[in-house]
Amino acid sequence: MRLLVNKIVLLLSTLSALIGLSFLAWILFTLIGKGLSSLHFSLFLNDLIDGGLRNLIVGQFIMAGIASLIGVPIGMLAGIYLQEYGSGKYVRFIRDLSDIMMSAPSIVIGAFVYAIVVVPMHGTSGIAGSIALAIMMIPIVINTTDNMLSLVPKELREAGIALGASKYRVILDIIIKAAKVGIMTGLLLAFARIIGETAPLLFTSETSNYFSVDLKEAYPSLTVSIYALANDPTSSSRDLAWAASFILTMLVLIINLLGRYITRKKG
Amino acid sequence: MPIMSIEDFSFTYASAPARSLSNINLPIQKNCITSLIGPSGCGKSTLLRSLNRMHDLYPNNEYEGKLMLLNQENDEMENILDIKKENEFIQLRQRVGMIFQKPTPFPMSIFDNVAYGLRISGIKNKTELKDRVEDALKGSALFGEVSDRMNKSAMGLSGGQQQRLCIARAVALKPELLLFDEPTSALDPISTAAIEELIVELKKDVSVAIVTHNMQQASRISDYTAFMYLGDLVEYGETEQIFLNPREKKTEDYITGRFG
Repeated sequence: MRLLVNKIVLLLSTLSALIGLSFLAWILFTLIGKGLSSLHFSLFLNDLIDGGLRNLIVGQFIMAGIASLIGVPIGMLAGIYLQEYGSGKYVRFIRDLSDIMMSAPSIVIGAFVYAIVVVPMHGTSGIAGSIALAIMMIPIVINTTDNMLSLVPKELREAGIALGASKYRVILDIIIKAAKVGIMTGLLLAFARIIGETAPLLFTSETSNYFSVDLKEAYPSLTVSIYALANDPTSSSRDLAWAASFILTMLVLIINLLGRYITRKKG
Repeated sequence: MPIMSIEDFSFTYASAPARSLSNINLPIQKNCITSLIGPSGCGKSTLLRSLNRMHDLYPNNEYEGKLMLLNQENDEMENILDIKKENEFIQLRQRVGMIFQKPTPFPMSIFDNVAYGLRISGIKNKTELKDRVEDALKGSALFGEVSDRMNKSAMGLSGGQQQRLCIARAVALKPELLLFDEPTSALDPISTAAIEELIVELKKDVSVAIVTHNMQQASRISDYTAFMYLGDLVEYGETEQIFLNPREKKTEDYITGRFG
């Protein structure tokens, strides 16, 4: 009887795993099939107005980059505070808050930034898009930093203190170094997460057909353009959307693999 | 002559309802090895960690009594429990070093590990740093093994080497008192023998207090031994007397292995 139950459970869990994986494979194959056939080297040389994707890729990276410049320091400092300085109820409250923020629907973050940045600035802009992505990123970075620092043994902190170092020196010189690989990986994964986001950008940066370095205007975004192109009835637009989706997926994949590579190499 | 004199010392952890140490009176003799023995939970590590105010890392722990440390410049005893300022703490911890149970190499090169405390104390001159680091490594019987890979990560050393590196790191600061908290309990017998030999060697220049679970270790290396039980100091004396001719019944029971 026990053997039978064991076999049934094994069968069911294998089946569910297969179903999950088959959808993933389906998505990937469609993406590769449709994306590869529309992929041309010229897509990387021309802007959207000339039928290419260059401005969108660059724009997406610039916004994600600025978001990281805002989100990484804030998130890391907050993570360090939670793990190294704070104590008691207050810290638990901030941790919970950060966890809630992490699972907040990204469209809500977009709406929030629309209200506090887009409306006062009278229009969508690269700045608004970057801020929305930064807000998405902060709780992820807080969580990673907090967790990775918690893995550093307390003896290492005490050893630093026992040599006469002050607390902040121990944190800067020793603790962060000890947690470096984990934090780096976490930061890469956070970056991979925000670079594929659409909802926070939808009404903050929107997108643009032109190459732009002016962050005060509507800003080219790969993800928002995919959304727009996919809704376009012409088949050339949809092919472009497939190519863009393929490129985006590959970017995210590469960043993820890079994160894993770092962990395996040094961790 | 004691380098440190523990007088009517009591200690209460923030999280504990009662004292973990009560009314301890104990000298730590200069250029001698004093070992603290006793069953788990007797307070020996708590006492050791008081001697460089390590408990201050965590909030609301309470010290009572006096911990008098000899100031070798003017031969006066100063109470380290009076210390409040950050820079005084830094000075105290450079005078009273500590080695932990598990080796704690920092994630940096061997050289930088040993130079860490020196840099903290403000030594920037490169040749001076190099000399002090090499002296400390020689003094810790590690120089021969690492002299060709000073810039390699300390994480690649064996457990015993890492522990000697930690000793070198503390010795580099030329401390007056070194506190060892079960320094060999995570090591194999050969590494343990090397560390014991090193500790005995060190007492020429520095006084030593060591917490150990290993009674053979205490009897092999220490000059004085203190036996603690449930937060009290039961008996203190010369190591030979404690092990061969204990005055207290409790001490005898413990060292003959009847409990603990």
